[in-house]
Amino acid sequence: MKRLLAPLALLTASAAPPPVADALITGDTLPSRLSDYRFFTNGTPAARVRPYTLATPLFSDHAEKSRFLYIPAGQTARHRGDGLLELPVGSALIKTFGYPGQVIETRVLLRRASGWVALPYVWEGGDAVLKRGGKRLEVGAISYAVPNQNQCKECHQANGALEPIGVKARNLGPAQLQELVAAGMLDRAPGGPTVPRWDDPAQPVAARARAYLDINCGHCHSRAGIANNSGLYLDWEEADPVARGIGKRPVAAGRGSGGREVAIAPGQPDASILLYRMESTEPGVAMPELGRSVRHDEGVTLVRAYIAGLTEKR
Amino acid sequence: MHTLALLATITVAPGPSAQERLQAALIEAAPGDTVRLAPGRFELTDGLSLDVARVTVRGAGRDATVLSFRNQKGAGEGLLVTSDDVVLRDFAVEDTKGDGIKSKGADRIVYHNLRVEWTGGPKETNGAYGIYPVSSTDVLVDRVLVRGASDAGIYVGPSKNIVVRQSVAERNVAGIEIENSFNADVHGNTARHNTGGILVFDLPNLPQMGGHTIRIYDNQVTDNDTPNFAAKGNIVASVPTGTGVMVMANRDVHVFRNVLENNGSANVMLIGYRQPYEDKAYDPTLRFVTVRDNRHGRAGFAPAFPGGRELAAALGGTLPPVFWDGTGQAIAVKDPVPTLSLNLPAPNTPLDRARPALADFSRAPVPADPPAVKLPASMEAAIR
Repeated sequence: MKRLLAPLALLTASAAPPPVADALITGDTLPSRLSDYRFFTNGTPAARVRPYTLATPLFSDHAEKSRFLYIPAGQTARHRGDGLLELPVGSALIKTFGYPGQVIETRVLLRRASGWVALPYVWEGGDAVLKRGGKRLEVGAISYAVPNQNQCKECHQANGALEPIGVKARNLGPAQLQELVAAGMLDRAPGGPTVPRWDDPAQPVAARARAYLDINCGHCHSRAGIANNSGLYLDWEEADPVARGIGKRPVAAGRGSGGREVAIAPGQPDASILLYRMESTEPGVAMPELGRSVRHDEGVTLVRAYIAGLTEKR
Repeated sequence: MHTLALLATITVAPGPSAQERLQAALIEAAPGDTVRLAPGRFELTDGLSLDVARVTVRGAGRDATVLSFRNQKGAGEGLLVTSDDVVLRDFAVEDTKGDGIKSKGADRIVYHNLRVEWTGGPKETNGAYGIYPVSSTDVLVDRVLVRGASDAGIYVGPSKNIVVRQSVAERNVAGIEIENSFNADVHGNTARHNTGGILVFDLPNLPQMGGHTIRIYDNQVTDNDTPNFAAKGNIVASVPTGTGVMVMANRDVHVFRNVLENNGSANVMLIGYRQPYEDKAYDPTLRFVTVRDNRHGRAGFAPAFPGGRELAAALGGTLPPVFWDGTGQAIAVKDPVPTLSLNLPAPNTPLDRARPALADFSRAPVPADPPAVKLPASMEAAIR
């Protein structure tokens, strides 16, 4: 089948964008320009570069994001439960951040034989340029921070190794998973639970809040994340109510406690450290520590409602 | 063909775009390289981070090279290290919004001749920790100075094999704190004018619990008189102003040959963990704690814990230099001063059930001291 398709692809080559530069993904260089990878040509994605969306995304100072997944020809991602898809060597995730009329940065995750590599590119003119040291940009009233390469890893790590955050089966949902299977990029889509959209009022508040905390906090605040020494684990899988913050005293919060005693005081949002840190924009207090310089009012409202609805344990 | 590795030295100077230049140097450094910080003030706007193993970051002296974070706009600390075998030496970090220098999962880290300071003096809005190694094996903190931390000046979070020595911690809430850690030597330090001088704690609901095998010796722990300015909710907010050495819920802790004086609540405080918690794996008690051969000056003249004043009045105006909640197992105080015991049946018993009396340790055996912490030779060699 593949052999039959190959000549066909050659015939249409003049119209289709050139293929992705696979050698740059798997090599050991750090390409200086986003265009080097040929993920896009004049804005058109190359073959096997597919857009995707998440049921509940990370909040990044109201930036609009586009996300693309690339799987090299002849390979497929592996579905392995509700969590992360296992992406083969040579895959890439490409995520662009911007505001209406202004594209700012593109973050690239490359799956190499040695593991994942995260690289930040900042748009200048018609291309995005590698900025390993990150960059701070004033965008209207927002002091927008492009993360440096180390900061990419701070969030994107589990037990010290870099890995993607968003491409979890439960956050992609069955429709997208089936499309990926149809496109020959995923081995199977057996079905399974989907996290609710955080902003879908038809869904229960607690589940939406848990989904929101999972994607916004759970990458660091998990047993494998960089904040694991806090004992506060906000990822979707965590089962222990104390570890999820309920009645949990802080360990290294410092002034981030805001004078409050526990991460989540059931029924008392204004006695909960979690909410205090979500409401703050002050470095040293604000959570997440990276990627947020303004308050996410809608997220705060959701988590406030969640805490208010928790009943005191006896 | 074998080639000798070329170890590079990258020098970064203060001035415009210091943030991007210094951060780029920390990212582009190769294992074995030295990043040299030229003298002067680096005005930084974001947290810095280092994730390359075997890198030395070296300034021109802890007063000559200053990383100033007074205009910091992001990140939870000034400098974050997440790689192994890193040496930080001869520079200062000032006025970070969160913690000063944090190292997480950074084995064999060396902090040498550093200064971390909040220059406006003790304030609740200062960052929490000055020097903050955590989740690491083999930690050396040597000849640092920390001032103004709103939690602990030198804070060693859950780690193993730790030496904190020849350092000065002043005007912090806690001077030096060892928390949920195994095998630590804290010696030759000066902890003065903090709320509490040196604290050894163990807390529940954390991945590493059961702190043990800690020696606190040859330190000067004096004049700890700064009113507690920690944000409520943090465990150090419960430390009474005027505490010298405080040991809480740990095992095999030996406190000896220290100079302890002018600590208004107590020179030594031995207690269990008092707060409510849900964690079956956690032990809130003290076990095998020995206090011996310390030199005691004035203490207990301004007890700052609930009921302390009344207790002092009943005892003729001051409290004895050593204070014990009366709980735990195999506690031995062999100092030439009296110990006040509250004789509580359990660490979380309400204080109104205390039966204060002088404790009698005359028949308590004195166990041998834990062995000295031995760090890999490479760590000592890095600062010779």
